[in-house]
Amino acid sequence: MTRTRGAAIAATTIAGALLLAACGGSSSSDSSSASSDLTGSILIDGSSTVGPATEIAAELFMAQNPGVAVTVAVSGTSGGFEKFCLGETDGNDASRLIKEEEIIKCDEAGITYDNITVANDALTVLVNAAAPVECLTVAQLNAIWGDGSTISTWGEIPDLDVPADFASTPLALYGPGTDSGTFDFFTEAINGEEGSIRIDYTSIGEDDNAAVTAVTGDVGAMGYVPFSFYQEAGDAVKGIAVDGGNGCAEPTAENVQDGSYSPLGRALYVYASGTALQKPETVAFFDFYINNSAQIAEIGGYIGLTPAQVTEQLAKVASLAGQ
Amino acid sequence: MSTQTVELGASRSGEPPRSLEAPSLRIGERIIKALLWSAATLSVLVTTGIVVSLLIPSIAFFQQVPLWEFLTGTVWAPAFANPSYGVLPIVVGTLTVVFFATLVAVPVGLSSAIYLSEYASPRVRRIVKPILEVLEGLPTVAIGLFAFAVLTPLIRQLTPFLPWTGPFSIGVAGITVGLLIIPLVSSVSDDAMRSVPADLRQGAYAMGATKYEVALKVIVPAAISGIIAAFVLGISRAIGETMVVLLVAGAGSPVLSFDPTKGTQTMTAYIGSTATGDIAQGTITYDSIFAVGVLLFLMTLAMNILAIRLVKKYREVYD
Amino acid sequence: MSDSSDKPNLSDRVAMPARTRVAVGGAREVTEAMFSSVDRAKKIRGTIIAGVLLLGLSVALIAVTAMVVWAFIAGWSRLSINLFTNVPSVVNPDNAGYRTAILGTLYIIGGVIVLIVPLGVGAAIYLEQFANPANRFNRFIDLNIQNLAGVPSIVFGILGLAFIVRGPLDLGFVAAAGSLTLALLVLPTVILASREALRAVPSSIRDGSLALGATVWQAVSRQVLPAALPGILTGVILAVSRAIGEAAPLLLVGAVTFVTFNPSFFEGGYSTLPTMIYSYASRPQESLQTLAAAGVVVMLVLLIMINSVAIYLRNRFERTW
Repeated sequence: MTRTRGAAIAATTIAGALLLAACGGSSSSDSSSASSDLTGSILIDGSSTVGPATEIAAELFMAQNPGVAVTVAVSGTSGGFEKFCLGETDGNDASRLIKEEEIIKCDEAGITYDNITVANDALTVLVNAAAPVECLTVAQLNAIWGDGSTISTWGEIPDLDVPADFASTPLALYGPGTDSGTFDFFTEAINGEEGSIRIDYTSIGEDDNAAVTAVTGDVGAMGYVPFSFYQEAGDAVKGIAVDGGNGCAEPTAENVQDGSYSPLGRALYVYASGTALQKPETVAFFDFYINNSAQIAEIGGYIGLTPAQVTEQLAKVASLAGQ
Repeated sequence: MSTQTVELGASRSGEPPRSLEAPSLRIGERIIKALLWSAATLSVLVTTGIVVSLLIPSIAFFQQVPLWEFLTGTVWAPAFANPSYGVLPIVVGTLTVVFFATLVAVPVGLSSAIYLSEYASPRVRRIVKPILEVLEGLPTVAIGLFAFAVLTPLIRQLTPFLPWTGPFSIGVAGITVGLLIIPLVSSVSDDAMRSVPADLRQGAYAMGATKYEVALKVIVPAAISGIIAAFVLGISRAIGETMVVLLVAGAGSPVLSFDPTKGTQTMTAYIGSTATGDIAQGTITYDSIFAVGVLLFLMTLAMNILAIRLVKKYREVYD
Repeated sequence: MSDSSDKPNLSDRVAMPARTRVAVGGAREVTEAMFSSVDRAKKIRGTIIAGVLLLGLSVALIAVTAMVVWAFIAGWSRLSINLFTNVPSVVNPDNAGYRTAILGTLYIIGGVIVLIVPLGVGAAIYLEQFANPANRFNRFIDLNIQNLAGVPSIVFGILGLAFIVRGPLDLGFVAAAGSLTLALLVLPTVILASREALRAVPSSIRDGSLALGATVWQAVSRQVLPAALPGILTGVILAVSRAIGEAAPLLLVGAVTFVTFNPSFFEGGYSTLPTMIYSYASRPQESLQTLAAAGVVVMLVLLIMINSVAIYLRNRFERTW
């Protein structure tokens, strides 16, 4: 390009950057709730399953408390725990409970903590909308997904009535990667032991959207995803009801909250550290998170806390803060 | 006067002979040389850091898992209840990606470079080269999403005779990585070819060679060291690419597979997903990341040693 | 020697080394080419080869165009100036923008450029002009740098976390740490490309300068470096392009995916466009997926602006020998 044109583009770049930086001061949020005097900063890291909920909580909280800067990172539950147990973060989003090795590290560093349940989740088993099945028992799911299973067509699923023309459809199994908390939870709930699963399922890696895509495209496919992905999945897939011993329960918020969608209903946590809860803004944030869980769940596709859970978690925060 | 070899200044009153270079390095010169030296040695520091951060946890890993089982096992499932630590499936995954990436990037990158440096007018060159460089700058996330959403269905439609199942494919991931490294291969090769001295080109034309003869028989051999450097850079990048393979190849299944139509995990995808996942640190499963990292490091080292030997053999120095 | 039209086998008559044979064969070809018009077979071959080369180039261009078009189509409904000036929002994705991420990216890339240009070019100059290639240590550095180019980016994230965020440098989760980590990641690319660029400068330039009494540094800085500038700039462009698109290592080193205040170098949270795009793309909500695609368009705009500066410089200094 000619010298003048190149110089013009260069000038535009610099001007644009300066302009952006200058616009920095003004906030563009349009909600004007009662502002409080709280100031400070909060850093929460951890799971990519719980992270989105924390982001929503952070945004809503900051709308009411503009003096507090909440940032949310997503290094994964274990990366987050590592930072949490070094005191580098104020909270850790976790889709699983803290493990032995991590407990040791936190104790060594003198970090006190507790797990605050911030939302509920329903692990949903997805099948194609055209698949002729509405409900599966845990035993059937175990037969399909368990270690050593050789079931390869729909007709081989025990105790399942499928139309004759569907019986020979190959069963294609999709699940999250072995590094995922969703994987751990599902295998423990259905197969009895964390990490116990048949060796030939197709792992979808990091992005749960891929499981939805896979099931949408194949009438014989089956996968399992967190609730928010089922919510947004559309009509090409359906979440089947699971019979955990008390009859078929559909994956809905009510069924998770009253416990009938078992064993695939789970809690999502944010671990809070005692040190962080010495700061009033952190206490306020966690209280806000718990109290507004219904609204947050609505926006993010999660399932809100029951009133009993709300009381219990608020008490946990209070006791940890009082230390 | 002595009858030694002629040296400037030797003829005058027995002063010691002076070399052609400026007299002993000035202080400024020395400082600059030291600064530049430290810039170069920084790379050694970085490598040491990498080796240290990889080696220590992998030693812990190898105390639990025998090296033989690691290197020859064909099932890679460290996070299963019944863990299996044979690394071959993900090694094959990486090699498959490299194979397809090279298949795409070498011909396309090289022909782009040859076309741009020998055939294209300067104006075309100035427009096309930046366009290619945009490809380099797109986030790998975006390229992976594009490949998953557009490229995989497209290739599936074009090759219905292959046994496609599911939305993942390591072959398509390899092709995508190949597309990703085209600008790298092309730009560096192009610069290498442009730097071949003009008299070689002009001499060849003067002797009656046609354009393609000049390009293929004179310029490419002359620039071969730069071209090989471009390939090595590209292949290194292909080996180390993480995001595209995560999105396009999923993670397949734990058993060894050579099938390019299915999803398979590569070494980098394994490291990437486990490092940002939910497996507790300090466990043997987590430490497997570092063992895989060490293996990756050694593989690229072997490839680079080979490449350096190749370059030394074929390099031509002009002028 | 007979002057019949069939080519005599010279080695029958005269024992000559391979080089001479090749040279003589070449001279014969050349003479024949000079005195006869280019035969049709050659012309056809030439056209076919040119066509193949053009095809190769077109594949690359089509790939780029396809990606850009896809990003525009996927993100179409969100494209507006808001995208550049609003802060991120997950509650209200239709009003969300990428301002903090854009600034974060610019800060990080600025830091990367400031680091890789002196370090990368400096290392390349040392290795090409000052170092003794027979020295084992220097050969080791050679191999080292080339090897580093193939280390996956996530390993640099692990390295950065251990040594830059914590460890000896102890910078914490700040933008400077992110810049440093990415700089280390792309440094080998700059060094390798700069070395090739320096190598390509005819040594007569350097030798002539030395002969006139310049010191090595003067010869390098005033003659060789300006001559090698286009190749060096290519290396910088490639490196910056790589760095700007990285997400995984930054996630490990402390980049956040939700921040609503402007970043600064040594304090507080920062995010970049690729980390946010990655985060949004793996969410189920359609509006966030569209936002992710729109983010790719934002990246393109940013990329074109940044690259333009470097390309303008490269074109200005381009020369042939």
